Amino acid sequence: MARITLDGIAHSYLPRPRGPGDFALKPLDHVWRDGGAYALLGPSGCGKTTLLNIISGLIAPSRGRVWFGERDVTDLPTEQRNIAQVFQFPVIYDTMTVYDNLAFPLRNRGASDAELDARVREVARVLDLTGSLGRRARRLSADAKQKISLGRGLVRPDVNAILFDEPLTVIDPQLKWELRAQLKHLHKQFDFTMIYVTHDQTEALTFADAVVVMVDGEVVQMGTPEELFERPTHTFVGFFIGSPGMNILPCTVTGATAQVGAHAIPLPCRYPTLGADAGRVELGIRPEFVHLTDLPDGYPVVVRGVDDVGRHKVVKVTFAGQDLNLTAPEETVVPAVGARLSFETARLNIYRDGQLIAGTPIEREAA
Amino acid sequence: MDTKPVNQRAWLMVAPVLVIVAFSALIPLMTVVNYSVQDIFGPGEAYWVGVEWFQEVLRDRRLHDALFRQFLFSGLVLLIEIPLGVAIALAMPRSGWKVSLVLIVLALPLLIPWNVIGTIWIIFTRPDIGLFGVAINAAGLTFDHTARPLDAWVTLMLMEVWHWTPLVALLAYAGLKAIPPAYYQAARIDGAGPWSVFWYIQLPKMRGVLTIAVLLRFMDSFLIYAEPFVLTGGGPGNTTTFLSIYLVKMALGQFDLGPAAAFSIIYFLIVLLFSWVFYQALQNVGRADRAGGGPQG
Repeated sequence: MARITLDGIAHSYLPRPRGPGDFALKPLDHVWRDGGAYALLGPSGCGKTTLLNIISGLIAPSRGRVWFGERDVTDLPTEQRNIAQVFQFPVIYDTMTVYDNLAFPLRNRGASDAELDARVREVARVLDLTGSLGRRARRLSADAKQKISLGRGLVRPDVNAILFDEPLTVIDPQLKWELRAQLKHLHKQFDFTMIYVTHDQTEALTFADAVVVMVDGEVVQMGTPEELFERPTHTFVGFFIGSPGMNILPCTVTGATAQVGAHAIPLPCRYPTLGADAGRVELGIRPEFVHLTDLPDGYPVVVRGVDDVGRHKVVKVTFAGQDLNLTAPEETVVPAVGARLSFETARLNIYRDGQLIAGTPIEREAA
Repeated sequence: MDTKPVNQRAWLMVAPVLVIVAFSALIPLMTVVNYSVQDIFGPGEAYWVGVEWFQEVLRDRRLHDALFRQFLFSGLVLLIEIPLGVAIALAMPRSGWKVSLVLIVLALPLLIPWNVIGTIWIIFTRPDIGLFGVAINAAGLTFDHTARPLDAWVTLMLMEVWHWTPLVALLAYAGLKAIPPAYYQAARIDGAGPWSVFWYIQLPKMRGVLTIAVLLRFMDSFLIYAEPFVLTGGGPGNTTTFLSIYLVKMALGQFDLGPAAAFSIIYFLIVLLFSWVFYQALQNVGRADRAGGGPQG
């Protein structure tokens, strides 16, 4: 077990990268706490898998060093790093039994038969594979095969971390929940570091203590699921997490007021003046914190449509000439004309060129 | 009780296929069957002989010898070409401009007409003017494929291996290229060495293409005619007289159409039987479940 430190890691698949655009992974410093459960979340092609393969040693980074605890492992080959990795598609050795599949990593490392047998049976018990030990692995279902892939990681007693590269892609939806719960349980039991790559926000948010959001080869935010939801530090995070994503409205800011089109919206904080020359200034608010209202001081909007998603309704409106989503309770009757809305002031965030800006809270100022 | 309406018009749907198969396979095959059970001297002069030709052919010592030679030849072909083809495929580059180059060089022998192959090798191995023949004689080894049976066999095997190993290599290469990179990555993480990677990943994943390679090479080498006919004409003596060569001698040389027809049917059944056996064996190798889950070293 060890803390994993990435020190200025960057990677390009080109032999001679010219500019930042050639890098699949832009320079990155990060520490993965020993025993933590991390999710690496981002759209396809954002560099998640590259980052994972650098940690496991399948790819040598173009720049930077990788540390396991106090040891520099940048130049160590995969098989000496004590890393387990589970891939998107289950990898099993077709001609072997389930038992031999699980025993394979130990046999390659010269474990004694008695030790090997005990480990294999223990892992099979934990993964609920005991009944299949004597069967050919290729005859099992996709989820059982993926369990074997995972089991080959768990079977090694000295594993530093288990890396998951979208491991549930080929699993049926109802089994996904089951396997995910099993993973969480295993994590508590064995206490290894887990890094879980996914592009599915539900998977990331339910699985991890800390979620690392990546886009275009960069980490844009790392935090608990709550932090990512409530205070996204980047408009991409706001938009990518949540369904539907955060509303992002171009605006100008003067003191504690944002000007969106003809509407002045009071803000929870006071900001330095951000006019039209301040770059891209945007107001971010989650659909969950926008409400339809009957009060006359609500902002008038045009309702474009309503999606009923079961638990609640998603109302699509046009506000100050821009598209905006809000969620409303299932029983809400949405007026066809003359709808008005209000914002939860405390939930309004201001972004400049995509980055969250910290303002000075108004209450403190008054006190 | 059966109230289902009977509709025979469905036969019209399969009729075209039946007609085509009849002309392409059944009618020619029936001609052979026809000859194999009768003694035919000419139009209107056919006498029923039953299984007499079959009995005669099965007792024929020269046919037994040809059959033995044929199995020896096909056996050697499979033993040499399959491992060699896999080895070449493993050594081939996986990406870059070298791939195209290697593929073109490999495919060249496959593009040459079969009788031309024989001619090429006759000239190549001639002890007086052939590059190979002269070189090997100059090295102090006596070599003459027209007079020495072993030399004739060596020449035939060299020619056959040179001609057909590329096909096995190309098939194996296609099988290797189809293995997802995750398998190799998982093997590295599991600490597997190159031998384990070959034995547990590459070979099992090549099962399908190797089955095709074995079947093609078996059938093709078992039916070999043009190359030995051009190279050695079946000699010296009868030492390279394989089944096809013997069959043609019987049918055209001696005009024994009855025994030749009986022989053709037996020949066809042997190829069919062995192809089926190979297919079954390759489909099932390493696939049976073991009863226990005990340790295995």
